[in-house]
Amino acid sequence: MKDLLLVLPLLLPLLGGLLSFFLRRSPLGDGVALASALAQLGLGVFLLGYVQVKGIQSTALSGWPAPFGIVLVLDTFAALMVFTAALVGLAVTLYSLRGIDPGRKSLGYFGFLQFMLFGVQGAFLTGDVFNLYVWLEVMLLSSFVLLTLGGERAQLLGGFKYFALNFLSSLFYLMGAGLLYGLTGSLNLADLHLRIDQVEPTRTSVVAGFFLLALSIKAALFPLFFWLPASYHTPPLPVAAFFAALPTKVAVYALFRLFTVLFYQEPELWHRLILWIAGFTMVTGVLGALAQMEVRRLLSFHIISQIGYMIMGLGLFTPLGIAGGIFYIVHHIFVKAALFLVAGLAQRLLGSFHLEELGGLYRFRPYLALLFVVPALSLAGVPPFSGFFAKLFLVVGGMEIGEYAIVGVSLLVGLFTLMSMMKIWREAFWKPLPQERQEALLRASVPRTMVVGTALLSFITVFIGLGAGYGFALAERAAWELLDPSDYIKAVLGGGR
Amino acid sequence: MMVLLAFLVGVLVGVGVYLVLQGSLARFLLGLALLSNAANLVVFLSPGLVRGHSPIIPLGAKVLEPPYADPLPQAMILTAIVIGLGVLAFAVVLAYRVHQVLGTDDLDELRGTDR
Repeated sequence: MKDLLLVLPLLLPLLGGLLSFFLRRSPLGDGVALASALAQLGLGVFLLGYVQVKGIQSTALSGWPAPFGIVLVLDTFAALMVFTAALVGLAVTLYSLRGIDPGRKSLGYFGFLQFMLFGVQGAFLTGDVFNLYVWLEVMLLSSFVLLTLGGERAQLLGGFKYFALNFLSSLFYLMGAGLLYGLTGSLNLADLHLRIDQVEPTRTSVVAGFFLLALSIKAALFPLFFWLPASYHTPPLPVAAFFAALPTKVAVYALFRLFTVLFYQEPELWHRLILWIAGFTMVTGVLGALAQMEVRRLLSFHIISQIGYMIMGLGLFTPLGIAGGIFYIVHHIFVKAALFLVAGLAQRLLGSFHLEELGGLYRFRPYLALLFVVPALSLAGVPPFSGFFAKLFLVVGGMEIGEYAIVGVSLLVGLFTLMSMMKIWREAFWKPLPQERQEALLRASVPRTMVVGTALLSFITVFIGLGAGYGFALAERAAWELLDPSDYIKAVLGGGR
Repeated sequence: MMVLLAFLVGVLVGVGVYLVLQGSLARFLLGLALLSNAANLVVFLSPGLVRGHSPIIPLGAKVLEPPYADPLPQAMILTAIVIGLGVLAFAVVLAYRVHQVLGTDDLDELRGTDR
């Protein structure tokens, strides 16, 4: 039973993906994708409760016991991320039902969306460093297809950049995994935690460098983020929203795992470096966003800046910092996807992503203003939304150990974020619309499923904000499991079966 | 042998990076292929090379006594080669489509999306 439960988050998207790919020309394919997404969300909620009641769970695939075989491990962090990804998957699927053109659907859009979720969930659940490489590749290959599906000029050009950088970063990851095996003779994360002590720290540092380089390209950290704003605005909007939410966060997740369980010995070198990178990532991202007038590009730059906050939690390397970072990842995934989806609704109504050409939405479509303003204020960190608490935990975590510089930077960047959100508000919602376009706006309408998908993500940030105490307890538990992996090791290596 | 192969990795990386930086679509792909082979060789070499001792438990013995050739890196490379092949196959098609759209081999023209 337990073994099945841990494999189910992978089986559902795999089967859903295959079925909806083969049924891609009939409306049945959409239905299968939606059913699969719903089932995954149900499972995600269940697993989140399950791991809290039963503790960390692991299963050895094909019965090869750890550390020899590949294990799937469900700890609080993994369960949180599985749930988060499933919810975003559902919202994007709902939005895509009417938000994707039939041409792309008949090319297998929903199939690839499910395959990508398959890779994402695999990366969250695996307890093996090389297996993580395989899951990252599953996710990437589906993402290459999703990004270029339809073959528009901008898509192909943006897709090629995305491909090139991600391929290179995978090679670095592969070399890192190979060298790690050479040093320790193991790839199982729990086993590695026990063995890494016996290796000379300078040697582990070389390997840690490979992993940091590879994952910071994938997570779009400073100074390796250029591919992200060059490609994320090119695909159809639901794809862009899905990308904004998940792939970079999978890399952040991997960084959190590897740089707590595995590379914990030299915080003065690696975590200090990560903290510096965090600061620069935040600042460059938010400054890049200020210059943009295209909503999707503006939001893309904000992804980068927000990833800086998450990494700041890792760089602080205290229980509170890590917990704040984890809280931030979950909050950000919902909020960022919601903002992208709102931009898509605005484009549906007014036919443009350019702020100059938008306007009047507050007057004529007040529900859209509500859908926007909640995640926008949350992103900027205004109470009582989730973003406020996410930033609060990080700021307190930073003050606690006297890292005032990074705390100052993070607060300043929050201010700039608010400015950016106000710019969108002023241009797209408040600015009066010319008379002739008002009538076009009044005639335009958006399908209800698209609004429901957006609302799902927009309003969850309120719930996370109101239930921040509970959410933080979860994040704190996840952080402790990372910093003191004795339970993790027991679940994987001893008596876990 | 180890040193020779290590040099080979260096040559492959050097040539690969050179090709990638040439700014031509076709050379870029060839460079990536070489780099991915270099990465595979690194994985192969990292636990050290053992010749003439296959990882098979001899008749009568209970455990495998070192030295023996570690089979796991080879399994890893096999996986990596298959993944690399799939990704490169996709890349070739993508590059072909990019070339169709751009009408040129010059990677600098990719800047078109930033406008």
